[in-house]
Amino acid sequence: MTFTPGTFWFEAWAAREALLVGLGVTLASAMLSIVMATVCGIAVGVALSYGWWWLSGLARLYVDVMRGIPLLVLILFTYYGLALFGINVPAFWAGVVALGAFATAHVAENFRGAVQSVPAGQMEAAKAIGLTFRQRLAYVILPQAFRRILPPWVNTALEIVKGTTLLSIIGVIELLLAAQQQMARNYMIVDFYLLTLALYLVINFTLAQLGGVLERRFSYLRY
Amino acid sequence: MSEPPLLQATNVRKHFGKVEVLKGIDLTMRQGQVVSLIGASGSGKTTFLRCINLLEEHDGGEILLDGDPIGYKLAGETRKRLSETKISAQRARMGMVFQQFNLFPHLTAAENVMLGLVKVQGKPKAEATDIASHWLGRVGLGERKDHYPYQLSGGQQQRVAIARAVAMQPRLLLFDEVTSALDPELVAEVLGVMQALAEAGMTMLLVSHEMLFVREVSHHVVFLDQGRVAQEGRPEDVFDHPENERLRSFLGRFHGLFGR
Repeated sequence: MTFTPGTFWFEAWAAREALLVGLGVTLASAMLSIVMATVCGIAVGVALSYGWWWLSGLARLYVDVMRGIPLLVLILFTYYGLALFGINVPAFWAGVVALGAFATAHVAENFRGAVQSVPAGQMEAAKAIGLTFRQRLAYVILPQAFRRILPPWVNTALEIVKGTTLLSIIGVIELLLAAQQQMARNYMIVDFYLLTLALYLVINFTLAQLGGVLERRFSYLRY
Repeated sequence: MSEPPLLQATNVRKHFGKVEVLKGIDLTMRQGQVVSLIGASGSGKTTFLRCINLLEEHDGGEILLDGDPIGYKLAGETRKRLSETKISAQRARMGMVFQQFNLFPHLTAAENVMLGLVKVQGKPKAEATDIASHWLGRVGLGERKDHYPYQLSGGQQQRVAIARAVAMQPRLLLFDEVTSALDPELVAEVLGVMQALAEAGMTMLLVSHEMLFVREVSHHVVFLDQGRVAQEGRPEDVFDHPENERLRSFLGRFHGLFGR
């Protein structure tokens, strides 16, 4: 193996800093979106499952709209559209918010499914001992729904990581755009795309393994 | 009889859509009484029991627990639903045991019993642990308090469910066909626990198909038919001298256990 200009290893080494910064942006945007989607998704999911009719209707509308539109359009709209209203959001944050808002709908829908799959008798038993609505959720329903929502939640996290590539369109220099900038310099298109793919694969493989660990950790929540 | 009734239901009505399942039920229970509701399926006995605990909400009539109206209060002519907090507090004064046990699967037997003690009654954890151990011991499961529900047989699960209900020191215990989901050989252990509670003076309202048990343990038996009380009285009167035609044919299904 030679380590001279024009070889893959040389060019990859030369590009390491740019790629690592891109990787960092990918990880940061993915993580922020996942946190946002988890928090907001549970809130929308509660509204969807238990809200007054107008609240669950609003949540339903939100979920259906978000699931019905292309993610890329949502990202473009958040970045350019908000600017029209005089709201100037940096590309990174526009992307995080758009991704998070999109994934919120998925988490909310998964949450609803998980909650509904807890047998009705659980809610009744919780009522019968006099727990208030919040207590019933906190101590009876959510712990059981948690185990069920874990696999689809990991799935959503993986989708978000892949979704961050779309942020390159609005100029966020995340991993994909960072790699493309390097390709523009060294023309090693195939090699660098493969390298980028490998990095995404490592991130998502690690995430999936973490999800597996969590699932085993909570496997005592069985039925 | 100067003591006010513990439970007084007057003209309780309930619809599911267009079907009227309760057509005006009256029932009075005094403290320490064991009352059983019997009747064919669809007669409304389970619905009535669930109305008392507000798992269903009655559309008409009134249910008083220690003189307090359950679920609704009458403001002049209009019924006003009580707040969720009030309803939860009312439910905490009653215990309920279900046909399907409904233990919390993510909690051990002891934690199942403790949840209401700690979160509803605000007892310190140590005290709740002691109470849970005491009651699990009373239902014969002292050794299994750290088992999860899936590690227990149906009969054991139902005994934990009884301990969970009775540990809250409810004014009234409701039993909804609690042996119907059990294998025949497990029924006796659950009935044994219920009999011990009855003998200890617990006020109990049962819906049951265990006619011999009902006859032995009840002070008062109510036969419901199509949403109405068709006959009620002391168990020996209801079982041995059924006057109502429907009651006669209902009892006839129990293989001649009950003579005329």
